[in-house]
Amino acid sequence: MTLLTVSGLRKHFPLKKDLLGRGGGTVHAVDGITFDVAQGETLGVVGESGCGKSTMARLLLRLIEPDEGLIRLEGRAVGTQMPLTEARGKMQMVFQDSFASLNPRLTVEDSIAFGPIVHGLPRAQARERARSLLARVGLEPLRFAGRYPHELSGGQRQRVNIARALALRPKIVILDEAVSALDKSIEAQVLNLLLDLKVEFGLTYVFISHDLNVVRYMSDRVIVMYLGKIAEAGPAESVFGDTRHPYTRALFSAMPSMDPDRRTQQPPLIGDPPNPIDPPPGCRFKGRCAHAEDICGRGDITLTSAGAEHRVACLMTQPGSGHSSAPGKAA
Amino acid sequence: MEPRAPDEPLVSVSDLTVRFSRTGQTIQAVNGVSFDLAPGEVLGVLGESGSGKSVTLRAMLRILPAHRSSVTGTIRVAGRDVLALSGAELEDYRGGTVSMIFQEPMLSFDPVFTIGQQIAESVRRHMKVDQQAARARALEMLDRVQIPSAKRRLDAYPHEMSGGMRQRAMIALALACKPKLLLADEPTTALDATVQIQILLLLRELQREFGMSVIFVTHDVGVAIEVADRIAVMYAGRIVETGSVREVIRTPRHPYTQGLLSSTVRGELRGQRIEAIPGSPPDLAAMPPGCAFAPRCKHARDECLRAVPGAVDVGGGHEARCVLLKLAA
Ligand SMILES: Nc1ncnc2c1ncn2[C@@H]1O[C@H](COP(=O)(O)OP(=O)(O)OP(=O)(O)O)[C@@H](O)[C@H]1O
Ligand SMILES: Nc1ncnc2c1ncn2[C@@H]1O[C@H](COP(=O)(O)OP(=O)(O)OP(=O)(O)O)[C@@H](O)[C@H]1O
Ligand code: SF4
Ligand SMILES: [Mg+2]
Ligand SMILES: [Mg+2]
Repeated sequence: MTLLTVSGLRKHFPLKKDLLGRGGGTVHAVDGITFDVAQGETLGVVGESGCGKSTMARLLLRLIEPDEGLIRLEGRAVGTQMPLTEARGKMQMVFQDSFASLNPRLTVEDSIAFGPIVHGLPRAQARERARSLLARVGLEPLRFAGRYPHELSGGQRQRVNIARALALRPKIVILDEAVSALDKSIEAQVLNLLLDLKVEFGLTYVFISHDLNVVRYMSDRVIVMYLGKIAEAGPAESVFGDTRHPYTRALFSAMPSMDPDRRTQQPPLIGDPPNPIDPPPGCRFKGRCAHAEDICGRGDITLTSAGAEHRVACLMTQPGSGHSSAPGKAA
Repeated sequence: MEPRAPDEPLVSVSDLTVRFSRTGQTIQAVNGVSFDLAPGEVLGVLGESGSGKSVTLRAMLRILPAHRSSVTGTIRVAGRDVLALSGAELEDYRGGTVSMIFQEPMLSFDPVFTIGQQIAESVRRHMKVDQQAARARALEMLDRVQIPSAKRRLDAYPHEMSGGMRQRAMIALALACKPKLLLADEPTTALDATVQIQILLLLRELQREFGMSVIFVTHDVGVAIEVADRIAVMYAGRIVETGSVREVIRTPRHPYTQGLLSSTVRGELRGQRIEAIPGSPPDLAAMPPGCAFAPRCKHARDECLRAVPGAVDVGGGHEARCVLLKLAA
């Protein structure tokens, strides 16, 4: 069953001009994104830094207003058919910046209990829930419940944020780099917890991360973003096992070697770093792609099926696209 | 073998302890950390969340809250007694001799000034150059850390950047004044693999270019392997193992290091549980007398609980604090 449907989501940020009228331009942060998330699944989101992942997450929660696009939760359009307050009770987010969602003047326990209290849970019960969640993210409540955010280490604060997001018993949790500040042992513990809670409460996750091993481990399906657009999407096993988009390939090959005698010597991608300010037409990866041809610079490139549920925005996978490596026209 | 005088260390930390006092309790965040760092050397620091990595770096930069923390031991950097610095000397040390990349990028930028203003201001202050040269240096640094359209991003406010761009801007800020020592606290966690590798290559390049020493805290063993010469592993405010990258990664000797290295997610099947070290770290307000890892260690024995195990050298400067090594020796 589809729980969340996102269609044609777009958000551009205009840049200010300086006093001489230079600069300006528009950041195409999220530029027409369509996907859906089924009840109970984990959708992994990966992509270059600055490609619009956090902006997309904020749009889903309507923390910022989209320029265009529709978000449906349980089949109802958020903002019109479903009031924002209702949608925000059902969707929770763990922010990339661990200070962002914690009130510096509240103790950790009060921060976690705050949401449930606002939503009508009696204080004592909310506290109880806060403590039990703290214990489950590996923070002994007796030691940590009374601490303030600045009295915690980075990874401890990040776990408080996870507990805070889970306290409201949401349907969907958007995790934006939620385990990136954790050491590997605690990370394993938190990932195991997320999987347990998913079963226990039938949760659905949107899991944004730069750690490809973790995304592969957690996700049922994956979307790969590049400069505000989806470059590749599909079941985790086929995106990782049968990678089609040249950007995804470059991304996956950039994983560290894990061998002190064979350190990386060459950057995996050459060419200009991707620029979301007034991007040129055509494929946004063109300037760095080893397979780019003239045709790649004309017109929009749509996500096209490349096998069971696997979709790719690259002319090389599209029959009859005019790219010299494209498969022959499908019968 | 040719005898060679060891390099005069750039950094020498000995018996560093940091305590935080809260109502009715004292948190022993750092408990006797000692290490040396040669000019141009990169020390990678791994360790449990909450084990004192950031607090150690903050102590070295002298930015812990003065009224609620107490720091003892000695920290010498480039010949200076860091804990004794004050006034203008301290100002010059921070940002001039040593600079830090914080775990939380938002903390090192002021939200009301643009990224360019902030980098240029720091350059102007520490490198004693004029406004124009400072801005040019800021631009050069943003370019080097791979921020797209660096020129236009100079005028961006911190909140207008993505997490990874802020992190890169902070790296630019930290490197702009060519510090002798860089304290890097998880500097690449917000970066995707392609940008991360480019930043690591840049750090290696700068380190060769002007002999910068680096202390690099990371949770990512792969990253540590890419940049570090030596590794230190922290647990409950102590360095429990240290040695060359090769030695520590290939033959970890402390049970905590062994557990940490085997918890890394590497292509596990979905649905299969990942192995984590069972149990939780000790209460830093009530530190046990012996090895702090004992309650979680499958090799623990009576002797482990008696006193904090001393460092045992297992060869070539590879040391670990575990009684098993003493028994084996
Ligand atoms: N309020 C804003 N004003 C102007 N530009 C913005 C704003 N918020 C985000 N942007 C820009 O939008 C683009 C996408 O940013 P976003 O934070 O979504 O990236 P991201 O994919 O989450 O990156 P990272 O992996 O680095 O966190 C970036 O170029 C960023 O600078
Ligand atoms: N101001 C403070 N008051 C009380 N305790 C503190 C304070 N700052 C840090 N601590 C505690 O000191 C310990 C060490 O914190 P530190 O930030 O150095 O951990 P870390 O090793 O950097 O962890 P992480 O990997 O999670 O960032 C933690 O257990 C933390 O809770
Ligand atoms: S000293 Fe004892 S408890 Fe500590 S790591 Fe070694 S065997 Fe385990
Ligand atoms: Mg982000
Ligand atoms: Mg830290």
